[in-house]
Amino acid sequence: MAKNGSVDRRDFLKSAAVTGAALVGSAAGADAQTAPPAPAAAPPAPGTAPVAPREADPSPETDIVTTDRPGGDFMVDVLKALNFEYIAANPGSSFRGIHESIINYGNNTSPEFITCCHEESSVAMAHAYAKVEGKPMGVLVHGTVGLQHAAMAIYNAYCDRVPIVIMAGNTLDATMRRPGVEWAHSVQDAAAMVRDFIKWDDLPWSLPHYAESMVRAYKIAMTPPMMPVLIVLDGGLQEDPISAEVKERLRIPKLTLTSPPQGEAGAVAEAARLLVNAQNPVIIADRAARTPAGMTHLVELAELLQAPVVDQGGRMNFPSRHPLNLTSAGGRQLIGNADVILGLELTDFWGTVDSFRDSLVRSSRSMVKPGTKLISITAGDLYVKGNYQDFQRYPEVDIAMAADAEATLPALVEAAKKLVTGDRRRVFDERGKKLAETQANARDRARLEATYAWDASPISTARLTAELWAQIKNDDWAVVSESGNTSGWSRRLWDFNKSYQWAGGSGGAGVGYGAPAAVGAALAHKKHGRLSVTIQGDGDFMYAPGVWWTAAHHKIPLLAVMHNNRAYHQEVMHVQRMGNRHNRGITRAHIGTTLEDPFINYAQVVKGMGVYSEGPISNPNDLGPALKRALDVVRKGEPALVDVVTQPR
Amino acid sequence: MKNYLSLASGVFVIAVAGPIAAGSSPQSAPALQQAGTPAQQQNANVPAGNAANGRKLFTSFGCYQCHNYEAQGGSAGPRLAPRPIAYAQFMKYVRHPTNEMPPFTEKTVKDAELTDIYAFLRAQPAPPDLDKIPLLK
Repeated sequence: MAKNGSVDRRDFLKSAAVTGAALVGSAAGADAQTAPPAPAAAPPAPGTAPVAPREADPSPETDIVTTDRPGGDFMVDVLKALNFEYIAANPGSSFRGIHESIINYGNNTSPEFITCCHEESSVAMAHAYAKVEGKPMGVLVHGTVGLQHAAMAIYNAYCDRVPIVIMAGNTLDATMRRPGVEWAHSVQDAAAMVRDFIKWDDLPWSLPHYAESMVRAYKIAMTPPMMPVLIVLDGGLQEDPISAEVKERLRIPKLTLTSPPQGEAGAVAEAARLLVNAQNPVIIADRAARTPAGMTHLVELAELLQAPVVDQGGRMNFPSRHPLNLTSAGGRQLIGNADVILGLELTDFWGTVDSFRDSLVRSSRSMVKPGTKLISITAGDLYVKGNYQDFQRYPEVDIAMAADAEATLPALVEAAKKLVTGDRRRVFDERGKKLAETQANARDRARLEATYAWDASPISTARLTAELWAQIKNDDWAVVSESGNTSGWSRRLWDFNKSYQWAGGSGGAGVGYGAPAAVGAALAHKKHGRLSVTIQGDGDFMYAPGVWWTAAHHKIPLLAVMHNNRAYHQEVMHVQRMGNRHNRGITRAHIGTTLEDPFINYAQVVKGMGVYSEGPISNPNDLGPALKRALDVVRKGEPALVDVVTQPR
Repeated sequence: MKNYLSLASGVFVIAVAGPIAAGSSPQSAPALQQAGTPAQQQNANVPAGNAANGRKLFTSFGCYQCHNYEAQGGSAGPRLAPRPIAYAQFMKYVRHPTNEMPPFTEKTVKDAELTDIYAFLRAQPAPPDLDKIPLLK
C-alpha cells in the first residue's frame, strides 16, 4: 500500500485477492491446523486448491486510486538522462503511463512528445532525424498493432544502419488486462515480429531492469553497424507506484558509447600499399560518413592519392563539386579501368563491380578487369542475420576489413602518407589534373543535358531541380529526403559541400519513407536554423500523408516540391518490361501502376491539414514564383508544399 | 541517387552519367542519339513517317517511361532526340536491344509505327541555348 492515500495497482489487487482468499479460508475453515473440518454445502472436488472468488470488490477504505510517483516517471528520468530530444508516437493505451509521465512529470521537454498519425511515420521520422543529428530519437508504439504498423519503417532503418530506440507498450499480466481491446493489444513476445530486423531487444521486469536495458539499448544501437533496438514496456511497470523497496534500487547506469571498430593494422597497411601503388585507384563510398568528420577524412584520403571518388549517396560522403568527385562522370568506366577499388561501407559491393541484366535470361558479368584488387571496409561484416536478404550477393574481395570505415580512414591516410614517394606524388598530381578536367566536363555536360525539355510540360526533373536550386542556394540549406527518382539532378547540378546537406535514402527501399523522413530530418535541422527541402515522390507521399499534419502541428519548417509523375513509375516500368518480354499488352502497363482518374491534388491534401501549398503546376514558367512564395512561408518557420506535375524521371 | 548511379537498385540500368552521343558512352550504352552528320547521310531515304502519331505512340507504347515524354532521357534510358541514331540502326535496336531495354517485337509494334516514332524523334526541336538559361549558369 502506498503512502499519501495512493495505492500500487498491483499491490492493491494482490491485497484484494489475498483478502478474498482469507475470507474463503475463514468461511470454509480451510486452515487444517487450527480449525476443525467445517460442513460444506458443496465440498471442493478432491485434489483442487482452495478457490478464490472470481472477483474481489475493494472495500471503500482500500479503494485508493491515485499515486504521486508512478514507474513512468522514472522511465522519463532515464529518457532525460539519455538526452532524448523527442519521442515520436501515435498515442496508444499500452503506453499511456509513460505518455502521461512525459507530458506532465517531464513537462513535455527533452523529450517532447511528437504527435504522429501513423507508426510508420514515427519510425521514419526517427530514422532521418538520427542521420542528421547523429543520435537516436525515441519512438513509442503499441506492442501489437503499433509495432505492426511500424514494421516496414523499422526494416528500412535496419537496412540503412540507423539507430532508433523503440519502446513498445504491452500488458503482460493477463489477469490485469482490461477485457476486450487490451487483450487484442497484448502479446507474449512483442519483439518477435521484428526481431529479424532489429539489433537487440529486451523486456524489463522491473524499473532498475528498465534503466539498465535502456542504457544498454542506446549503446548497442549506437555501436556500428548501428541499428534499431526495441524495449518492451509493461503497462504495470509504467503505471504502478514506485514501491519503497524498488525506490532504493533505482539508478541510471553510466552510458559509455563503444569506440567504433577500426580496421586491423596489418590490413590497413596492405590497403595503403595497394592504393599508393595503384595506377587507377577508385574510392567508392556509400554509408561511409557517419559524422561530419567522415567527409573530412574521405576528402583527405582522396586528395592525398588524387583518386576519384564515386559517392553512392547512402550518406553525405563527398562534396559534389570537388574536382575528384567523379560520381556523375561515369562510374562504370572508372570501375572498368580501375586496378584497385576501395569500397567504404558499400551496401552492395558485388553490384558495384558487376553488371546484371534483367532479361528473359538473367545474366551478369564482372565489370572489373582481371587482377583488380578489391578492398572492403564495412561494419556490416560484423553483424549479419540470415532471414532478410539485404546483405546482397557475396563479393569476392581481396581485403575485407570488418570495421567502421569512418573510424578506419585516419589510420589509412597516415599509412598511405608514409608510402608516398616523390615519384608517386608526381604521378598523383598528373592523375589529379586529368580527373579534375573530367569532372569539369561532366558538370558542363550535365548543364547541357538539363536544357533538353527545358520548357516541356509536364515539367522536366532537371528544370524542377534547377528552379529549386536558384531559390535556396544562398540559404543554409539541406536536402532532407528525395523520393521518387529525379535522375539525380540535384547531385549533378547543386553544390553539396556540407555534411548535413544530404541525408541518404531509405535503406530498404520501402516506399513511404520519403515524406516522414523529410519531416523528421527537418525537425532535426530546425534548431540549427537550416532550410530543409525535399523533392517528394507522389507514390511515396500517399503512404502516410498524415505526417504533414505533424509538420503543421509542430511547426516544422520544410519545403516539399512534389515530383508528381502521377504513377508508381518504377512499377510502370516493371510491368512494361513484362508486357514486352511476354510479347503482348505493351499499352496497358498503366493499369494498377498509375495514380490518375482522378489525379490527386496534393496541394489540396496538405491544405486540409493546415499546410501552405501551391499547385498543381504544369507550366515551368510558373514554378519559380511559386517556390519563392512557398519558401517565404518556410523561412518563417512553417511547412509548405508545391505540387509540380513532372516528367517521369 | 542510387537509382541514378544504377549501381545497386535501378531496374533499367542504362546510366546517363555520361554523354549519349554515338560511340562515347562510358556505360557501354547503345548510341541512340547522333552528334554529327553520318546519321543524316544514312537517313537520306528514310520513310517520312507521321511525327504527330509518333508522339502518341511514344507514350502509349511506353517509350516515355525510360526516355521521358520529350525523349530527353533520364536515369533509366538515354536521350533519343533530337538527331536520333540512324533509322536502320534504330529499327534494329528496338527489335533486338543489347542492353537493359526491353524488346519491342513486330508482334507488338509494326514497322510503320516505329517509323512514326522515329519521325517524332527527328521532329523534336533543339533545346534552348545553354547560355540563354540563367538558371544553368
